[in-house]
Amino acid sequence: MTELAASGTRPRTKLTDQRPRWLPARLVGLRSETSTARTLTFEIAGWPGHRAGQHVDVRLTAADGYSAQRAYSISAPSDGVRVSITVQRVRGGEVSPYLVEDMELGDQLEVRGPIGGWFVWTPSAKAPVEQPVLLVGGGSGVVPLMAMVRERIRLDSGAPFRLVYSVRDAASVIYAGELAQRAADEGILVELLYTREAPEGTLRPAGRVTHADLATPADAGWAHRPAPRAYVCGPTAFVEHVIGSLRDLGYSDHSIRAERFGPSGD
Amino acid sequence: MTERATSHTLDGNAAAGLFTEIFGIDVSAVSVTCGECKGSAAFAEQSAFVAGPGTVLRCRGCDHVLARVVETPREVWLDVSGSASWRFPLPDSKAVDSQQPGQ
Repeated sequence: MTELAASGTRPRTKLTDQRPRWLPARLVGLRSETSTARTLTFEIAGWPGHRAGQHVDVRLTAADGYSAQRAYSISAPSDGVRVSITVQRVRGGEVSPYLVEDMELGDQLEVRGPIGGWFVWTPSAKAPVEQPVLLVGGGSGVVPLMAMVRERIRLDSGAPFRLVYSVRDAASVIYAGELAQRAADEGILVELLYTREAPEGTLRPAGRVTHADLATPADAGWAHRPAPRAYVCGPTAFVEHVIGSLRDLGYSDHSIRAERFGPSGD
Repeated sequence: MTERATSHTLDGNAAAGLFTEIFGIDVSAVSVTCGECKGSAAFAEQSAFVAGPGTVLRCRGCDHVLARVVETPREVWLDVSGSASWRFPLPDSKAVDSQQPGQ
């Protein structure tokens, strides 16, 4: 519909241009990230593209009609009809063991998306100085944050980025190789915080994220900038803990965006 | 807040796909006001329970049920009686959002 609404203020089409539908998706790429996580790339005919931070719902349907669905973050920027997700296997889960261990190239499932206009990052193109971005991820909560880091690189944005990644130990680090590379990039700080066991030579003792870990760096790239926006993703308890710390550090509720997952989010 | 609401809960992001399909517009940035405590928060920031026979959205502040959806082969049943209002930002209002870097 193109005519204006009765009030004359706005075309009705504005409200109906992005309804997600269930689409068949074929697995075309696999990449092992850790012993319990892998990245799956699907080709989805009719995929409309997506923004960094968005997710998809994935649905598996058994021969007897039983179906199960879960939400997974997209891990890479928009790339035609290709959509990548990184999945962490959850012990006893209904969906993740299949995605991480069993699904083979050429297999199909259903995907609904892209979903989410809240937990997304896009460059503030109109702002005179780009807003710094603090990304705080716990475990596989790093996935949508990695999509944002990759989007920043793809668009050659100058926004100062800082990724704080809380992870059990070195063997659990997803995207380890790429993160080491990104840490050397101009304008991107990457900090790995180990919660259980820190590799030899790590100055910070293993433990959960503290205020000091989240304080804005004195780095020149962060000075004379607007207050940062924070994106926090991880298990619910982790996210609440980090949000509490960020509030103590002066972040307003409006400057924090979060995404929580729990045991049923496998 | 109950233990259930803090440790085993997903947030509205997990329910956004279903609600977005029903409404035909992204709901994750919609400001939902609780009918009980009158507190407002983005749909994405509310609590969500997606493991049951239906999907339930609860107030992050007071745990009151804001909305429920049950899907059957014949229909989709939506109950929003627990919420006072839903404010939908229109797609082109995102430009305003990005001009408020301090927000």
